[in-house]
Amino acid sequence: MNVCVGIDLGSTTTKAIVLDEQGKVVGRGITNSRSNYDVAAQVAKEEAFTNVRFSMLSRVLEDSRLLGDQQADFENALTRAFALEGYMGQLDRLEVHCREDLSLGRHADLTLALSSALSEILRRLRKDAPDLFKPGQKARSDFFRDIAGSGFIAAASEIGRSGGAPFDRIVGLFDKSIIPVENEPESRSFSQRLLAAYSRIASLFRIDAARVREQLARVADTPLMPVRLVGTGYGRARLPFPKDQIRSEILCHGLGAHLMFPMTRTVLDIGGQDTKGIQVDETGVVTGFQMNDRCAAGCGRYLGYIADEMNLGLHELGPLAMESKHRVKINSTCTVFAGAEFRDRLSAGEAREDILAGLHRAIILRAMALLARSGGVKNEFTFTGGVAKNQAAVNALRELVRENYGEVTLNIAPDSIFTGALGAATFALRDINAGKTTSYEHSLVGAPHAQPQLTKAHTGDCNGDNCGH
Amino acid sequence: MKGATAEKDASMQKQKEMIASHFHELAHVKESGKKVVYTFVPGNLTELINHFGLLPVLPEINALQSGMRGKSAEYISIAEKAGHSEDVCTYVKTDIGMLRAGNIGPTGEPLPKPDLLLLSYTGCFTFLKWFELLREEYDCPVVMLHVPYQGDGEITSEMREYVANQIRQVVIPEFERVSGVKYDEERMKEQLKLSVRAEDDLVWVLDSARAKPSPIDAWFGGVYYIGPMFTSFRGTQDAVDYYTMLREEVQDRMDQKLGPVTPDGPMREEKYRLVIEGPPNWTSFREFWRMFADEGAVIVSSSYTKVGGLYDRGFRHNPDDPIGTMADYCMGCYTNLNFPQRTALLESYINDFQADGFLINSVKSCNSFSAGQLLILRELEKRTGRPGGFIESDLVDPRYFSAANIKNRLESYFQMIEAKRAGAKS
Repeated sequence: MNVCVGIDLGSTTTKAIVLDEQGKVVGRGITNSRSNYDVAAQVAKEEAFTNVRFSMLSRVLEDSRLLGDQQADFENALTRAFALEGYMGQLDRLEVHCREDLSLGRHADLTLALSSALSEILRRLRKDAPDLFKPGQKARSDFFRDIAGSGFIAAASEIGRSGGAPFDRIVGLFDKSIIPVENEPESRSFSQRLLAAYSRIASLFRIDAARVREQLARVADTPLMPVRLVGTGYGRARLPFPKDQIRSEILCHGLGAHLMFPMTRTVLDIGGQDTKGIQVDETGVVTGFQMNDRCAAGCGRYLGYIADEMNLGLHELGPLAMESKHRVKINSTCTVFAGAEFRDRLSAGEAREDILAGLHRAIILRAMALLARSGGVKNEFTFTGGVAKNQAAVNALRELVRENYGEVTLNIAPDSIFTGALGAATFALRDINAGKTTSYEHSLVGAPHAQPQLTKAHTGDCNGDNCGH
Repeated sequence: MKGATAEKDASMQKQKEMIASHFHELAHVKESGKKVVYTFVPGNLTELINHFGLLPVLPEINALQSGMRGKSAEYISIAEKAGHSEDVCTYVKTDIGMLRAGNIGPTGEPLPKPDLLLLSYTGCFTFLKWFELLREEYDCPVVMLHVPYQGDGEITSEMREYVANQIRQVVIPEFERVSGVKYDEERMKEQLKLSVRAEDDLVWVLDSARAKPSPIDAWFGGVYYIGPMFTSFRGTQDAVDYYTMLREEVQDRMDQKLGPVTPDGPMREEKYRLVIEGPPNWTSFREFWRMFADEGAVIVSSSYTKVGGLYDRGFRHNPDDPIGTMADYCMGCYTNLNFPQRTALLESYINDFQADGFLINSVKSCNSFSAGQLLILRELEKRTGRPGGFIESDLVDPRYFSAANIKNRLESYFQMIEAKRAGAKS
């Protein structure tokens, strides 16, 4: 299957979208951007490819009628077992890196105690792992460092207290090894992981195990050929792509918003560290834009600082702000001063929810100024980026747009975080249709294991006998 | 046939020598006994200053040179320590800082104190305050030439008479007093004839950008081409020689269908032709230029290269009416145009030079000329149908140059032009 991939390397998260040759979204992937953009891009792409294969699998299993009314449960169990496999693989790599660290001799007389603590911790983590991925279990984070980290720390603390190796030295092993673990791709192929996952759950269902396994192997072995990748976003310059495979995030957001909502004429994107006001025409081509300058005031990161300051999760800010009865007027949207502003208001006796409501409005006021500079808000108006998930910000925007521009349709897609990646993937598809190909040495997957199927654009002009040249 | 690099070197070398010799002369006024006049670029009275054997110093140019030499951050910080706020024009702070740090000029030789400050242009309100500060710093007299703004889009005979009278009754007597030289109208006419010759050649060079590919970059390269004309050399044989040389070089590039010479050598392919409003950033000048050159973007016309006169729209000094023509010149520079005039001028550049679009580089610390730029942008988009782009930086404060942000905007802008082109073709 030939696919086009769009990757949006944001300052906070990296997103990937996979399109089939008809332009249909067949896969999505997201990961934290971490300190290594190359890996983030690769992980997001792999996640999206996994997503593609699971969709394919769903169709194949349905067509085969092998599972009957067990299919939904089977897919759910398989997805979780697959995630568990990934987690177990990462635990193995964590152990390898920790043991390597132990072998360096820097732990001197503690080496033995640490080694035994490590064995015990990993035994517990492996033992507890299946429960973390049981159906019905809600993961506290999508990221390995958070899930494994909490178990590791809990076990280390117990070992430390009961007279084993000191707590801080044990945790030091984790801290030193987690970055290499995060930055290393999974060594097993998709097929190996999928079949391993299947082995974990096959006995739980009344099925013809051999035939189901055959279908799984068929999907796992179907080559997914990324015929073109286009990168965008804050970290795009770090992508190992040639220049013509890198597009500005402004164009990608404009096109992505148009594809999600074809009547879009104005786009507001509030990301981690920039805010953009974009005007697009009826075909999704950007006709004008403004973005914030050097200062990240009023961007997503501002909310991040406030969340840290309040010891809350980012997603908890909006709901709390919506409880406000008396919104406080906040003037400063300076990210650096955010904490000071917040503390100052608290000490003045203001309620947290009222301060938060004021902060959300202040961010949107700044966005309104930017929108005005970009040419105003035209109907329809699409809001994208991480902040679009925050209902308090959305409410403030709705109110201010109505005050300033009258009734305008405000679009927010549930998957709006993928807007830029969707635009990038569509540019990739258009490039292919215009006759451009990807140099494989620049793609994130390295050399392909099969030749790509050439698209019509490449085969239509010259087919041997009919070639006039 | 001469090689491209050698050609570039010849006129640049000539300009370098002219500048070095001028600053050398400035450094030795104690020995020569020559008197020094500090003044501004817009509406400058260079011929008149030279007429009296006075030596001009242009603080704006010193400030931009300090920016290019990586000195402005230090100078600005000195000025801020002295109490000048963060929002003050960074040219002013760089100048004050340079003065406090010993007043070493761009060539490394010390600059003399002024014997007179000629406030030649009042359209920029900051200029008034700037020389007020310098008057305190140097304890020297100021002569002010009040230049009426073209608020109604024209120079009336009353305005002309008003400025001519100030030149006749205030500026010339003060110059005579400081220099001890009498004004000689016939000699002035000869100087102005030289001005006209250089002006003709400068216009030819700027107009060469109408060719495809353009042999020059009319902004990044343009700021060098306007150097002798806008500073201390107009009306001298040196300036005439410089522009003759430059014209030949550009003609040669045109004949060979070569693009401009960029910091990384000759531009290979002209992909985007742009008109630009506003001055360049001086602290990251080359890096900034590369952001355009790497993408194949050439500036074919700019308003900044008109701040010292709109020669390309027909103005020439008139040797038959020295004082009247100087009055016209003072009121006719780009900064003295009203909004409709500025908009119309940019519109004509976009059309005449067949530009793909236009950009505004808005200067963070310049309140006088950044005001209203977005309105100009919208109006130009409407009139020409070509895409406008907006970037922000500063003249000489490196803290206001965010390379990643500007590059992001520029790349988006170029890709926007590309997408529009693709849309137009389909």
